[in-house]
Amino acid sequence: MWYLCVFFHRLLDYRRAEVESLAEMLGVYSSLEWRLPENQHPDSPFHLVNLPSEDVARNIANRSILVKGIYELWGEGSSLEQLEESIKSYPEDRKLPYLACETTFKVTVDSFGKAISFQEQNDRIKSLAYIPFKGRVNLKNPDINFWLMETDDYGAHNGLPPVVQRRNLFWSTEVAFLMANQAQVMPGKLVYDPFVGTGSILVAAAHFGAMTMGADIDIRAVRDGRGPDCNVWSNFKQYGLPLPVALLRADNNLPPWRPGLKEIFDAIICDPPYGVRAGGRKSGGRKLLKGIVAPYIVPDDKRTGHIPSTAPYSLAECVHDLLDLAARMLVMGGRLVYFYPVLRENDVVENHFPEHPCFKLIASSEQILSSRYSRVLLTMVKTGSYTEKVAEAATIKHQEFKENYVKRLEDGNLHSSVFSPVHPQLGEETDSKSCKELKPKYRGKYV
Amino acid sequence: MRLFTHNMLSSNIKGVANGFPLRIEAEQVLEKQVDFNPDFLRNLFPKLEWKALVDGARALGYAELPEAADSSMLESEEFLRKVHHALLELHLEEGALTCPETGRKFPVNKGIPNMLLHEDEETSLQLPGSLGSHMLVRITGKQ
Repeated sequence: MWYLCVFFHRLLDYRRAEVESLAEMLGVYSSLEWRLPENQHPDSPFHLVNLPSEDVARNIANRSILVKGIYELWGEGSSLEQLEESIKSYPEDRKLPYLACETTFKVTVDSFGKAISFQEQNDRIKSLAYIPFKGRVNLKNPDINFWLMETDDYGAHNGLPPVVQRRNLFWSTEVAFLMANQAQVMPGKLVYDPFVGTGSILVAAAHFGAMTMGADIDIRAVRDGRGPDCNVWSNFKQYGLPLPVALLRADNNLPPWRPGLKEIFDAIICDPPYGVRAGGRKSGGRKLLKGIVAPYIVPDDKRTGHIPSTAPYSLAECVHDLLDLAARMLVMGGRLVYFYPVLRENDVVENHFPEHPCFKLIASSEQILSSRYSRVLLTMVKTGSYTEKVAEAATIKHQEFKENYVKRLEDGNLHSSVFSPVHPQLGEETDSKSCKELKPKYRGKYV
Repeated sequence: MRLFTHNMLSSNIKGVANGFPLRIEAEQVLEKQVDFNPDFLRNLFPKLEWKALVDGARALGYAELPEAADSSMLESEEFLRKVHHALLELHLEEGALTCPETGRKFPVNKGIPNMLLHEDEETSLQLPGSLGSHMLVRITGKQ
């Protein structure tokens, strides 16, 4: 049956993907059908979705972050007269059970893109007198809720009010919950975050009942935080959530898994450090710092308590390691959900996302962060097993990264692309050499 | 660190052929109660290295696990409770994990094992772990 799905008006590109993930999690196996109500722009918060039952609709709405509500649509029209006609033609057998005398009900007037005064709201409700309500009104705790929704005349802005600009929306807990929904987190599942930081993603996963596990190369935030009552562990305690099954300090570039360990996680969810805001780090570094290729030998008397040096972790290598980890450690059908940065040039976003033989891309949702770049939430599902061939290819690639270390670093340097001063257009010059000369001088602290 | 984690980790120091299981040196062991979830344990069981779990539990002072186990024992709640306790409720709060081959210690502080390698311990080449076979690769580039 077709339901009206009303979204909150933000993260527009994430909305349908979230509902689709949740529907699949709830056992709706065929892909969802969507359509737009008449006169609505794709960015509109009003969408029509075909769902198998009211239970599914209710469960999706309860779990979703971006769905405001899912409704059975009784009628629509561009004027109150048209609305009346439309409601009257809606099948009686769908309406009568909800209008019966032993029920209690409430009508709420809601608007999108305009304000309606209290007096007008009352008038609107009175105008519905043609509906044969038999039940009693109960404003506090009604059995049945009716909504009358009004939107503004669609003209400017695709007919929509502008999305509320919330600055510094780089990380919000809402996004962590969205990611958990994309990953179809459920009780009893094991979720891993290889860049755990202070654990916000795992908090969301634990909230939905998963067992959680996290690693980070810099464990100070995890272990020490801002004191004994302000760290990852206390984060979980304060929410009354079960603590992570494991937290460890490890390098995603050199993971410490035992040979033979595979297909253990149900989902991997993370926001990898791409070097735009927080620079990624991996083991190594000192050798490059001094321009010496041979590894630094730690003197015997300094071994205990030695803090290994770290090196910047390029985007390409970081993504390669993440996909390899996920291919090996996810169960079949398990999901990898992560952010991927995309540079925006002249408002054109290149839709080329990482690929892997073991994975199928399910959803990509863009969120523009600045005029220069966006981040895209990618949802991938594991469809192929981690074969010997895949593993071998990954090993060779890993080695290549080691050998072409400096070159790769250049390729993956997002920080300078995002933060460099604007320089004159290159025009027709596409020669790589001249591009290089024009490469901005400004570099992040660690590069 | 719980034994669940211990069961997944190995020493990946350059040149170490068999870095699993890590030996546990316990300074402080805590017991924290965790909700019992038999389905989770049944799913996990085939992926466990049983002997490492038994030895690890003993190192943390729990000797109730049988030396050998097979999937038929998953029917017994008594057995599952023991596995649950060993795997999820025993915590190594302070101590170290020792590489069985080199003796290198990976410290465990506040329950978090530090598996980072020193600069001269990094393998330049990681053999794919899940294959059970070994591959010898000659590095032709610089090392």
